[in-house]
Amino acid sequence: MLEHFSYIITVFLMMAGLFIVIARGNLIKKMIGLSVFQTSVYLLYIAPGKLLGGTAPILAKQFTTYSNPLPHVLILTAIVVGVATLALGLALAVRIREAYGTIEEDEILTLNHTVEAAEAQHAEARGGS
Amino acid sequence: MSLVTHLPILQVVVPLMSAPLAVLLRHGGLAFAIVTAAAWAAFACAIALWLQVSDGSVISYAIGNWPPPWGIEYRVDRLTSFVLLLVSGMASIVLPYSRGSIAKEIAPELHYLYYAMFGLCLTGLLGIVMTGDAFNLFVFLEISSLSTYVLIALGRDRRALAASFQYLIMGSIGATFIVIGIGFLYLMTGTLNLADMAVRIGAIENSRPVLAALAFLTVGICLKVALFPLHQWLPNAYTYAPSAVTAFLAATATKVLVYALIRFYFSVFGESMVFERLPLPQIMLWLSLFAMFGANFVAIFQDNLKRLFAYSSVGQIGYITLGLSFDSVHGLTASIVHLFNHGIAKGAIFLLIGGIVVAGYKSGGVSSAPTFDRLAGLSRRMPLTCFGIVIGGLSLIGVPGTAGFVSKWYLILAAMEKGQWWLVAAILLSSLLAVVYVWRFVEAAYFREPSAGQEAREEAPPGLLIPAWVLVVAVVWFGLDTSLTVGTALDAAQQLMSNSR
Repeated sequence: MLEHFSYIITVFLMMAGLFIVIARGNLIKKMIGLSVFQTSVYLLYIAPGKLLGGTAPILAKQFTTYSNPLPHVLILTAIVVGVATLALGLALAVRIREAYGTIEEDEILTLNHTVEAAEAQHAEARGGS
Repeated sequence: MSLVTHLPILQVVVPLMSAPLAVLLRHGGLAFAIVTAAAWAAFACAIALWLQVSDGSVISYAIGNWPPPWGIEYRVDRLTSFVLLLVSGMASIVLPYSRGSIAKEIAPELHYLYYAMFGLCLTGLLGIVMTGDAFNLFVFLEISSLSTYVLIALGRDRRALAASFQYLIMGSIGATFIVIGIGFLYLMTGTLNLADMAVRIGAIENSRPVLAALAFLTVGICLKVALFPLHQWLPNAYTYAPSAVTAFLAATATKVLVYALIRFYFSVFGESMVFERLPLPQIMLWLSLFAMFGANFVAIFQDNLKRLFAYSSVGQIGYITLGLSFDSVHGLTASIVHLFNHGIAKGAIFLLIGGIVVAGYKSGGVSSAPTFDRLAGLSRRMPLTCFGIVIGGLSLIGVPGTAGFVSKWYLILAAMEKGQWWLVAAILLSSLLAVVYVWRFVEAAYFREPSAGQEAREEAPPGLLIPAWVLVVAVVWFGLDTSLTVGTALDAAQQLMSNSR
């Protein structure tokens, strides 16, 4: 149980994040969920790279056990990608707030349906004339 | 130290450099010139690479001279060069087109950002195709995805923002699934180089993490491919994005992810593992059939022409994955040919629809959505546009003489090879659905009377018509002369199948 501790945390964060994305209608909360989901992957990569008692990869006689540095480098890139996604998502949420006056998904959908119904009526009126 | 040896890296770096330059210049015209020049340079690179590997050789390029599997490797084989041709070719046609179309659709002060994002999107797509490194693939995927979200959000309708946000959520979940899959593979094999991974995976292919990696990668990539039932983001994104963006995405973005799927299945996991010991072919077969019938059926009832063809795209992706599920050289050939042929046909259609949208703005329409009531008698106003859409539509149906026929022919050939006669019937029946939605357009444009004051001939400007018609001619050309498409695809399929365990 304990030796799988990091994996259990990873899976918990993953599921929690994905659940928030699916279950919450507020766009900001959706972005938070997405960030938690992406962050769980960082742990998935980083945790197995660490050896207990291992040092950083220093080339010297007294150090023999190294932790793998590659996952850190990969995740550094993934963090940058995650930050960019979050920034873009929040920027879109701001624009949506300006255009719709709300950031609740169901209200946005209702507004869209109203527009579509109006368009359909408009089309019928034009077709009939 | 000649330039030729560095073609693989130039292919990606030239468009990548053009994007920040476009931002620095802050001028629509200059940004247009630079990004278009970069796209054409990329197209030239793609042609040169295609010629280099035409003898069946494989180019391996070690970035920064770090030899693979330690450094990042770029790898070009037949399939790579073929998809590179499609992506860079479409970019070099769509970019000149966007000059005319975004003038009406995007505010002038945002034009340079549009070109910068387009350059980044092109870079990402080319990088996914080119790279031989799993994590590098993820990074390029995110470069192309993030720029795509911005491009979609540039649409004039506010629903473009909602569509872009929805795509961002779905796309990020898909990308995270892909990175989880790559993580499992890295944990199990200790390498990120795809070729090296394929060698090491042989000993552990039955272990649970490898199977989980396969599942995560399949779901993640299929989300991006928009395979039914993971296509929910696609219709809205295609409908509300600016016309040029829709055309470019429909022709390339989903196709490149199909390439990634083929790459992982055949070059990493090996076809014996994916297709013989797991029920994946059956699952993919049924999902493809649902896409072919379901999405094509839904397409018939759409009132917006862009949305109609967006649903048709979901259906056409079904044909591509159907070819994949056969797990034979002919099936794979059909998939590869169809991703090319459908790319150019759908690209042509969306470019021509863009012409209709722009004309709608000119005549002072409130909303410019190309709905069917606006299309009444359109053939009298825009004969060339309508005729082009009909040819593209014929290719979607698969009429002989168009590119779509060639790929469906190979698909049917592969089905007969497997003795699956009912699938032949299914392919033909689903094509009939395509006949119905193309006929809806023909009926509205050619047989309905135009509404009053709309009889005058008002063709789309040549800046929009010429690029679109280049693609329409290509649709007919590749329907008659199949040496480039089928020849390359057959080579690529054989190369994949023979190298796969």
